[in-house]
Amino acid sequence: MSEIRLQIDGKEVVAREGMTVLEAARSAGIAIPTLCDHEKLEPFGGCRICVVEVDAGSRSQIVVSCVYPVENNLIVRTKSEKLSRIRKILIELLLSHAPDSPLLQELAKEYGADRNRFDKEASFCVHCGLCVRYCAEIKKKNAVGFIDRGVRKEISFIPEIAAQECNRCKECFPLCPTSYLQAAFVLTEALAFTPASSEAAAVKQA
Amino acid sequence: MTRLNSPDALERFRQNLLSGRDPDKPCISICVGAGCIASGAGDVVAAFREEIQKQKLTAAVDTKGTGCPGFCERGPVVVIYPEEICYLQVTPADVPEIVSLTIRQKKVVERLVYTDPVSGEKAVHESDIPFYRHQKRNILCNNIRIDSKSIDDYLAIGGYSALSKALCRMSDTQVLAEVKKANLRGRGGGGFPAGKKWEGSRNAPETPKYVIVNADEGDPGAFMDRALLEGNPHAVLEGLIIGGYAVGANEGYVYVRQEYPLAVENIILAIRQAEEYGLLGKNILGSGFDFIVKVHKGAGAFVCGESTALMTALEGRAGEPRPKYIRSNIKGLWNKPTVLNNVETWANVPLIINKGADWFTQIGTNGSKGTKIFSLVGKINNTGLVEVPMGITLRDIIYKIGGGIPGGKKFKAVQTGGPSGGCIPEAQLDLAVDFDALAKAGSMMGSGGMIVMDEETCMVDVARYFINFLTDESCGKCLPCREGLRQMHKILTNITQGKGKEGDIETLEQLSEAAVEASLCALGKSAPNPFLSTLRYFRHEYDAHIKEKRCPALYCKDLIAFYIDPAKCRACMTCLKKCPVQAIDGGKKKIHIINQDKCTKCGTCIEVCPSRFSAVRKISGEPMPAPIPEEQRLLLKASEEQ
Repeated sequence: MSEIRLQIDGKEVVAREGMTVLEAARSAGIAIPTLCDHEKLEPFGGCRICVVEVDAGSRSQIVVSCVYPVENNLIVRTKSEKLSRIRKILIELLLSHAPDSPLLQELAKEYGADRNRFDKEASFCVHCGLCVRYCAEIKKKNAVGFIDRGVRKEISFIPEIAAQECNRCKECFPLCPTSYLQAAFVLTEALAFTPASSEAAAVKQA
Repeated sequence: MTRLNSPDALERFRQNLLSGRDPDKPCISICVGAGCIASGAGDVVAAFREEIQKQKLTAAVDTKGTGCPGFCERGPVVVIYPEEICYLQVTPADVPEIVSLTIRQKKVVERLVYTDPVSGEKAVHESDIPFYRHQKRNILCNNIRIDSKSIDDYLAIGGYSALSKALCRMSDTQVLAEVKKANLRGRGGGGFPAGKKWEGSRNAPETPKYVIVNADEGDPGAFMDRALLEGNPHAVLEGLIIGGYAVGANEGYVYVRQEYPLAVENIILAIRQAEEYGLLGKNILGSGFDFIVKVHKGAGAFVCGESTALMTALEGRAGEPRPKYIRSNIKGLWNKPTVLNNVETWANVPLIINKGADWFTQIGTNGSKGTKIFSLVGKINNTGLVEVPMGITLRDIIYKIGGGIPGGKKFKAVQTGGPSGGCIPEAQLDLAVDFDALAKAGSMMGSGGMIVMDEETCMVDVARYFINFLTDESCGKCLPCREGLRQMHKILTNITQGKGKEGDIETLEQLSEAAVEASLCALGKSAPNPFLSTLRYFRHEYDAHIKEKRCPALYCKDLIAFYIDPAKCRACMTCLKKCPVQAIDGGKKKIHIINQDKCTKCGTCIEVCPSRFSAVRKISGEPMPAPIPEEQRLLLKASEEQ
């Protein structure tokens, strides 16, 4: 793999071809805030909090660093007034769903986000997709997935798979920034696990 | 089964077809496009067939159901060849007269031809009707000339000659060079130069390569791609095959929404016919070029019109966009080089190959060449599909072609570019329509939706409506679109309900900035446009709603009240009887008063109040005038008053 040289926040950074700007920044000790990113998972590009400004050629634009590939002579800025403004409102949008999420509170503090900017929404999933992607990419079980679309989109356990797999795994639980995942699991367990499937799972576990 | 193995075989077949057809034989073309079908064209076709049989003319007259010629406002449209007599709003009852007079005696049925609403002048031929006269119909003109289910009809008007020319007389690079020279820009939204897109795919090292027709038209009020695919599917197919040849792709897809059943049916049929004739498949016309086409029915998600979402859906996954930092012409469908163009773009390709880039670039502006089809809808006299040269002014489209605003109302704005386009005000009506001018005005070409709005349209409500549509159609993957639009919709709804507050506009602007700058795909990035463009040109309407709780267009129900002017009311009892909630108090000779607590603001009273009185009006942002004293409510006869 060939070397790529770029500049992040004024610092010369050497990266490998195929790396994302986020990876390059981290390798150089430059922090970019993220929410839906996870080192073991494929980049998702859902939360958009990792936005940065890049100058490529004569054009300057805002891109998300977790999916933007590094290129030679790229100039990247991870901090600016505009970036802070965008990150702040994105965090505020999420706070309407999960005002007490520790991760969001930390980000809110850094960017001066107001937890009461928008009316509270009764659902507390932030659609980071960490659970869904972890189960699909790492565990290859697909016990939890997204259903529906847009503002109605939510995570849902698939009872037939979840009853067999989840009780002995639960590795996705600590990934959830809002604890909604646990709630969704308990709900599915209570409503949709049949005695037979749960028993089978229990026997397997024993 | 006919199999055309060479360009010569195609030409011989065409000549054969033409020699079997008498150009002077009367032909009755009846539009059976979606609009005319809805107005009863199916029955008209049946009536013609029956009448022709009855009058024993079956051998002497052809009848065909054709695609949409555009004048949907006056459908069902019937054109009689060879004289090209155009009859509008034809019903089955008119059919015997048309057959007896026009077919037998070559006389015109005067009452069915177009009559100018202002001058009263009649226009017998299609090309004389102002709606058509000011258009330039390079593509749509064929819709009425062919039976959309007949490949022979398409061949008879010269169909597939461009394919033959491209495959057998031009190299793939020559085809590409011609399209590049024509500067054909994508008709689906972005206006990206098609030639450049093709070249990127062609030069990409990976194989196989793919070409796709984007027929996932989903804008409210838009139906140009539908009309083309329904009316002339072979033109789109021919363009696609030529594109495949230029790009080096042997496989193509038509991604068409399943809500267009006729389009699906016609394109599938067209593909089957082309395969039978050897115009698709192995060694097309003996050129050595192989090409197949598959149809994929989309489930009707607006976001799947976005290129990467469409490709994800085509791969069999949920239709969500993916990051586009590497263009899809390099890494598209199954990560292979993929050219995606919309229906109208592909339909332009055979014309460019046949007539040349120099012919194509004669039409249009510096940056935008050729014609563009718009679906002209909303508060406009001549609703329908119009094809115009790039560079025509909005004013010409709306007034000369569209016939202006109905009911003597005043024009307020025209919304172009689909839901994520923008609203253009009267001051910019002389704007010469092309990709760049529309973008500069804060709107866009989009795929060609054009919704005309009159003075009774509330621009804040328009923004609310489109943001609502886009919120509903957001795929939900990225935060600025999913949550940002949700909040924008809430705030805009509040404003239209009189619950707007200081700071709302600033919040909307910040949410817009986040969506424009940080969204994943074009849907999110352009979604705030309805708000941004209405704010740019109609800020006073936002201010009136928020600060004065007034709707200047008298549209937003929560901000208006209905009021009967006691000086004008003649106590005729009409509104009192028609009010569905008995909110009107009064009686014979007793001036009517609306009980505001009961009124549901349905507007019935205003509609039924006789125009000679015009006593009911809407008020907004001002206090309700005090009711007149009870003793003054009794109306006296003129004689008693003296």
